[in-house]
Amino acid sequence: MDFLNAIVALANFVIVPGLAYGAQLAIGALGVTMIYGILRFSNFAHGDTMAFGTAITILFTTLLTSIGITFGPLPTALLALPFGIGATILLLLGTDWGIYKFYRQQKASPVILVIVSMGVMFVMNGIVRFIIGVRDIRFADGERFIITARGFKEATGLNEGLAIKTTQAITLVVAFVVMALLFWFLNKTRTGKSMRAFSDNEDLALLSGINPDWVVKVTWMIVAALATTAGVLYGLDKSFKAFTYFQLLLPIFAAAIVGGLGNPIGAIAGGFVIAFSEVTITYAWKKVLVYLMPDSLEPDGLVQLLSTDYKFAVSFAILIIVLLFKPTGLFKGQSV
Amino acid sequence: MSTTVRDTALFGIVAILLIGTGMIQGWNSALLILNMGLISAIMALGVNLQWGFAGLFNIGVMGFVALGGLATVLISADPVPEAWQAGGLRIFAGLALGALTVVAAVQAQKRLEGRTKTIATLVILIGGFFLYRAVFDPGKIAVEAVNPASTGNLGGLNLPILLSWPVGGLLAAGAAWIIGKTALGLRSDYLAIATLGIAEIIIAIMKNEDWLARGVKNVIGLDRPVPYEIDLQNDPGFVERAASLGLDPVTASTLYTKLGYAILFTIVLLILLWLAQTALKSPWGRMMRAIRDNEVAAEAMGKDVTARHLQIFILGSAICGIAGAMMTTLDGQLTPGTYQPLRFTFLVWVMVIVGGSGNNFGAVLGGMLIWWLWVQVEPLGLGLMNILSSGLEDGSGLKERLIESAAHMRLLTMGVILLLVLRFSPRGLIPER
Repeated sequence: MDFLNAIVALANFVIVPGLAYGAQLAIGALGVTMIYGILRFSNFAHGDTMAFGTAITILFTTLLTSIGITFGPLPTALLALPFGIGATILLLLGTDWGIYKFYRQQKASPVILVIVSMGVMFVMNGIVRFIIGVRDIRFADGERFIITARGFKEATGLNEGLAIKTTQAITLVVAFVVMALLFWFLNKTRTGKSMRAFSDNEDLALLSGINPDWVVKVTWMIVAALATTAGVLYGLDKSFKAFTYFQLLLPIFAAAIVGGLGNPIGAIAGGFVIAFSEVTITYAWKKVLVYLMPDSLEPDGLVQLLSTDYKFAVSFAILIIVLLFKPTGLFKGQSV
Repeated sequence: MSTTVRDTALFGIVAILLIGTGMIQGWNSALLILNMGLISAIMALGVNLQWGFAGLFNIGVMGFVALGGLATVLISADPVPEAWQAGGLRIFAGLALGALTVVAAVQAQKRLEGRTKTIATLVILIGGFFLYRAVFDPGKIAVEAVNPASTGNLGGLNLPILLSWPVGGLLAAGAAWIIGKTALGLRSDYLAIATLGIAEIIIAIMKNEDWLARGVKNVIGLDRPVPYEIDLQNDPGFVERAASLGLDPVTASTLYTKLGYAILFTIVLLILLWLAQTALKSPWGRMMRAIRDNEVAAEAMGKDVTARHLQIFILGSAICGIAGAMMTTLDGQLTPGTYQPLRFTFLVWVMVIVGGSGNNFGAVLGGMLIWWLWVQVEPLGLGLMNILSSGLEDGSGLKERLIESAAHMRLLTMGVILLLVLRFSPRGLIPER
């Protein structure tokens, strides 16, 4: 019984939140890695792209609910998601046409593009604040829980409860669908194959008649979809605040680099590695250990390795360790 | 000579902007902008040293600025003897153990081979971590329990606050040495992410380690290098002199203290600018630029690229640390919660790029000009929105929305300026020569 309690406590506080957070990071990191693979620069505006897509989605969510359309037990934001993605696609294609294209034609060095993306980050941050302000916004509606802690305790008779939020389940389902679609697209369709060719060897791809403009456009569209989805899932699970999304940049980049920049599978793996290390290292293990250890050895402290405020430090430490020992990431990424 | 005229004219424009601010919004606001502008110029000098001279992409400026701020508390605050008795020694023993662990792990990495290396490193790190926590935690708890409402930290050394400026530079330099040792070998965008992360960690430490500088409880009422306004107002001699200039004592005293800061900051800026200019023109500066422009060729000529990068990374960060200490001195308080990367890292980058990377005068110009703009965009935006919405009737939703959004003009304007400069004048207002 104690063992079961320990497992349930572990699932409730570590595994379920870690899986959801990991999936959100993974989708975010996929966007970063796609830009790096095709356009060959680290996009610092990614966090704010996520914020923009989420802001538009929130606007459409309020619009839909105000005219009486809801998604039953599921959050209405899922219905509004396509609108958010559409707006983000327009924004990113516009940014590329107005800003990035010039530097591509100039064959500017990647670091110049990074600085340009810093400018884009400022502008997008300003736009998001224009649109929706700086407040903390919760926009999840519908059923809050699939399994509540109390219901689980009553059903199983265990001391520990297991709560699964609707948003956590949705995150995992949506993430799975998005990843399946992305890999199908990259591996099976003509455009996807030309994108991979472009990423592997640009000159060879151009020689074989691949249209670079089209590849770049499709990349931005996919990135818009990924960024908006990641942003909306994160916002549904926690809450929306423009500044938090900017700060997500760090774990997302850590995930993409740990997995190997430019490698989609690496981005997914990296997302979960970062999420689980953040959650496990900042979790107070007392609750689990109380069940597993004999009474005499029970810990008196919280058995928390680091306080939760240091979660940045965790993703960063992993990043440094991976970079020092395996510079191209866990899965072989590109290095320019 | 035309370039000199042009540069002087650009600085003249900044002067006119400041004087205009003084005439329209009052001299107090103008001096306030000037003081922060001078500090921003110093930060820009530091970043320019790293990016303009050596091409190092450091976006962790915020962290070094915050460390400089920390130095003001550690140097000038009163010591708290009860806290030292309660756990000061324990804390330092814990920190020493932590440092020892890291050194031992690094040595194990260097000396040992194969599987023993991995196992030894892991044992040292994990064992060291728990040992460190066991020694450190009780000390920390004891110190933070000492009168938490007003102190709860170890306090400082009660030395003159001006001393904290060089010490802030030293603190930042020390941090830069550690960071440089681990991260400088990485290529440019990895280094960027690494520095971004380290800046966040430094802020997290300053927010949470209450024993150090009270964390988010803030330290207020720091010492000042200039006299207090209230003392000046009570000084009959000062009041008399103010009256002879036709000023009332209150205005005169605020102007006097702000001018005092401005003079101090100008002195620091001029010293640093002179040093940076001398460095740029020296063989060392030419070597730096050679390394920046072609690392491989410079290395083939026998230059130690890694060591030079580390050197300039430390120097640039130290300058940012000095600026950070100056800023906290000006504010009179240390508030770790207010450090934000957009304001303290990316804005400094905008200053360097707009001013002209690779040119010290450009960095100074960019610092002053962009700071003026950063402060003035909000009132200007509000004015613009008022004009735009003047046709709308009062209380309409759109009008309120427009006026409210003026508050967010800052970031948008900075981004647009950065993009425009990068696109049409990528070498900045005063380009490298």
